[in-house]
Amino acid sequence: MTRQMEPLSDGLPAFLTNYTVSPGISDELFDANGEMRPVWSAFLQQLAKLSPDQVVERFARGDQYLRDAGVFYRQYSSDPLQERQWPLSHIPVILHESEWDAICAGLAQRADLLERVVADLYGSGQLVKDGHLPASLIAQNAEWHRPLVGITPASGHFLHLIAFEIGRSPDGSWLVLGDRTQAPSGAGFALENRMATARIFPGPVPRANVRRLAGFFNAFRNAMDALPGLHGRRAAILSPGPGNDTYFEHTYVARYLGLPLLEGEDLVVENGAVQVRTVSGPQTVGVLWRRLDAAYADPLELDETSQIGTPGLVDALRQSNVDIVNALGTGILETRALLAFLPKIAEVLNGEPLQLPNIATWWCGQPSERSFVKANAENMYIGEALSRALPFDIGNASSLAREARSLTDDALSDWIDANAPNLVGQEAVTLSTTPCWVEGRLMPRPMSIRVFAARTPQGWTFLPGGYARVGRTGDTTALSMQQGGSVADVWVMCDGPAVPETLFDHESFRREDTGALPSRAADNLYWLGRYVERTEGVIRLLRGYHLRLAETGDPNDGSLLRVADLLRTLLIDVTQPIHAAIEPSLAAARVCAGKVRDRFSVDGWAALTDLVNSLEAISGNLPPGDDAARELGILLRKITGFNGLVHENMHRTSAWRFLTFGRAVERADAAAAVAVAATGGTGSASGLLDMAIEYGDSRVTHQRRYRIDPTRETVIDLLALDAHNPRSVLFQVTSMRRIAEDLPKARVEGRVSELLGSLLRLETELVIAHPKSVTPSVLIDLRSALAEVSSELSAAYLI
Amino acid sequence: MRYNIRLSIGYIYGAPSDHARTLVRLLPSDLPGRQLVSSRLLSVYPMPDERRDTTDFFGNAMSVLAFHQPIEQIDLTVAARAERLQPSDSLDLSPSLGALAPEVAQYRSLEAAAPHHYLGPSKRIGLEPAIAEFAAASSDPRLTVLQTVDAITSAVHSVMRFDPGATDVDTPTGEAFANRHGVCQDFSHITIAALRSLGIPARYVSGFLRTIPPAGQPRLEGADAMHAWVAAWCGAEAGWIEFDPTNACMVGTDHVAVAYGRDYADVAPVKGVLRTSGDQTSQHSVDVEPV
Repeated sequence: MTRQMEPLSDGLPAFLTNYTVSPGISDELFDANGEMRPVWSAFLQQLAKLSPDQVVERFARGDQYLRDAGVFYRQYSSDPLQERQWPLSHIPVILHESEWDAICAGLAQRADLLERVVADLYGSGQLVKDGHLPASLIAQNAEWHRPLVGITPASGHFLHLIAFEIGRSPDGSWLVLGDRTQAPSGAGFALENRMATARIFPGPVPRANVRRLAGFFNAFRNAMDALPGLHGRRAAILSPGPGNDTYFEHTYVARYLGLPLLEGEDLVVENGAVQVRTVSGPQTVGVLWRRLDAAYADPLELDETSQIGTPGLVDALRQSNVDIVNALGTGILETRALLAFLPKIAEVLNGEPLQLPNIATWWCGQPSERSFVKANAENMYIGEALSRALPFDIGNASSLAREARSLTDDALSDWIDANAPNLVGQEAVTLSTTPCWVEGRLMPRPMSIRVFAARTPQGWTFLPGGYARVGRTGDTTALSMQQGGSVADVWVMCDGPAVPETLFDHESFRREDTGALPSRAADNLYWLGRYVERTEGVIRLLRGYHLRLAETGDPNDGSLLRVADLLRTLLIDVTQPIHAAIEPSLAAARVCAGKVRDRFSVDGWAALTDLVNSLEAISGNLPPGDDAARELGILLRKITGFNGLVHENMHRTSAWRFLTFGRAVERADAAAAVAVAATGGTGSASGLLDMAIEYGDSRVTHQRRYRIDPTRETVIDLLALDAHNPRSVLFQVTSMRRIAEDLPKARVEGRVSELLGSLLRLETELVIAHPKSVTPSVLIDLRSALAEVSSELSAAYLI
Repeated sequence: MRYNIRLSIGYIYGAPSDHARTLVRLLPSDLPGRQLVSSRLLSVYPMPDERRDTTDFFGNAMSVLAFHQPIEQIDLTVAARAERLQPSDSLDLSPSLGALAPEVAQYRSLEAAAPHHYLGPSKRIGLEPAIAEFAAASSDPRLTVLQTVDAITSAVHSVMRFDPGATDVDTPTGEAFANRHGVCQDFSHITIAALRSLGIPARYVSGFLRTIPPAGQPRLEGADAMHAWVAAWCGAEAGWIEFDPTNACMVGTDHVAVAYGRDYADVAPVKGVLRTSGDQTSQHSVDVEPV
């Protein structure tokens, strides 16, 4: 039975009874006088209508959404490919739009200031010459890239997308804690936060009054389209690849904005133009929204050890041929020590102070600042001057701070003197708290908000909410997700209904050209098709073995040993645990799929994940025979489900063609291999022929068509030469040939491509062949021909 | 002293290299008061599909070469005529070591000659505690900066053994120092690490040495390939002064400078990214002849 939470006599719901705001800290829910801020009341009234069970059920719904959508991030410290569930704190942070708009006005001023500073650092260097910035903080900064000095971006601007980390100080005012200018992440996650909270709190009250997020992405996409670098060329996202902690977001934003997701090796620079290698040949890129750090972008002129860059990219920038968003080199603005100088620079450059102050920061390279830090060390975080970490992220900086705290006053003073130019002191600000659901009650937890700004021709536009970081405990030092903190939606509340917006502009319907498929994506799709099919083949053969084992009950039975031998020639060891036999090809499939997640549906990914999980579930002791056969049957249906989802629902674009081609190559090759193994031996082969018929899923057809026990000829007929059996070599060769005709450059000046020629030849040979003439050596040649087809496809489209 | 300089570098790839892109820093430039270059020419075979001759951040001549078709070899040849001017012997105008830091701090500029670029760790020269310890033991705070640089250069020369087979271009600085052997690149990196650890800005110089010494003088080490040495910033008044730790001498008219940077990574004569799986072999010859 569900029961509503009982309101207290003073009107507060029961889940707020333990909500105690610490003295000297400001809180989002209650103001300094202990009054609830009106902007929260509609939300809390709705929450109060839910029973504790309903709350749990609603939160689970949000988590389920995030799981189904495949939202994840990576934790760098552990296994690099280990995906973590997105840590959503289910209660949003709520701000009134008047407060929000004041924040954004201050941040717009700051964004313009940052643009002027970075333009100066890569331009005339006047700020250093005039003594407003110490030269050493720039010259010894790993994010000041010398090859970029003197290059003005084609668009005229370095910064196009900025994230600001802001927090509320104890007096209620807002502070900038740090600027994210390199390749800010989180805007895509903000959208997912919103989707999840929409499932948790689906009612129109108060959601109708919350500002929408989609318009921001529309504005940003339009702004990129308007950049001068584009000129009818392509825009794309440049990602460091699946090992990155926010790779999910790269794939998500790519899908959401309809932009191709590229990696450095997709690109080649020729005559100053940046080109993407596609299955249709090179295509010029005009705008790159980069998600990788500048140092890795070009191994020739930047970090020479980078494996994920594009040689010549910097030289292309020198020739002003491409716009990179944000420009390479903008990471220097994230340097912590700059916060000590920006307030003064604002007054010098703009003639006015910062509307929104940043966290008070003192660089110890200056004598009076150093003395101040020494005298006030107990109220400061002391960290590395050139660090780019946010004040509340744990890293080298705070180990420094810990080291600082462990020292006696005298020792601390000596230590600061010895390391002065490398140190900054930052005010140990106490962040405001916001409600967080902890064991059935709301508890105050420290938080900071990430605000995203995009440059548009009309000025800076802001993503209205969506992303706050919330601490796991009351300790403000544990905000980072890597440290167990969580992330909450931020609602910007209007007094009336918010203007609805979506990404799609219904007034001006336009159909985006999806552009040619990058060769690397085509390669991954091709191998995904092959590995999934290989996995299915292994499952099918293993099931055949275990069904027979269940019948005879004797692993040493003569015909069963022959079947085991047949599997061994196909590199399947029946004595191995089942999961170990299946795991290699399935894992390879998943790796390929992970690299092209932006290209196939969320359902397809979920089906593949489900398959991996099912396989893990049987990794324990699965008795051979009946039990094993039953589990293998389940896996077989699941993999068929994946194939169905992909093949029934995928558009017939190049992506589908390469995936399907991979499946066809693998299936044709496996059919030929099984046919060789079943018909190649001497002596009694009846058990093997039967197994081959079963592998071909053709028991019923065989029965009806030949009305005899399987012979070598009937097996060859069904597995190699049947034009209507989807498991025969001919059927798959025909489907490859049809795909090859649709691929780019299938015919040039009336001549067929090498690939198409090979397939036409192979198809004809199979059509005219008689089963008797198809000896094992013919089948072996057939397999070589298929390997040749695979190489021809690679050479023509995938390299 | 005037020189005719001829250099040839060739690479042969075991497997054809696709889309080769190369940065070349082989041509000497004018250096006011020190060096005049009357002619210089870089020839490349096979002819690259793209070539742009430009100047890098440090003021070095840099050529960007790109080949669109697979290539199996690259030959680079340099022909140049350069004059080295004898620096006038002058007084030691450098401050004491302790007075150097304020002079650095007062230098408000990010131009390539500013000392700030050459104090912190760089790509090939990290913080090397063993070298810092060695530098502290080899210097004396009462010395001037110039005297300190001289002391460090001599100390590096005396503990290190010149051995062309012991290291290669990728040998880490700390490793070369630990084994006390190496070539001009190692001597220079170790000297730079030592100077920086004492707060003296130090930069890496690549260049040429005259091949045949003047009559009666020994042939210098490093004359049959490109050479490397060190420049140290000895205060606002004295400026940059160049030393050759491999030969324990000041840099005078026997040296012709090509490129300046924080370490080898900034001045590598040929830097390329090749999509090739095979081995590569190279040959390298230099002739610096007085005229």
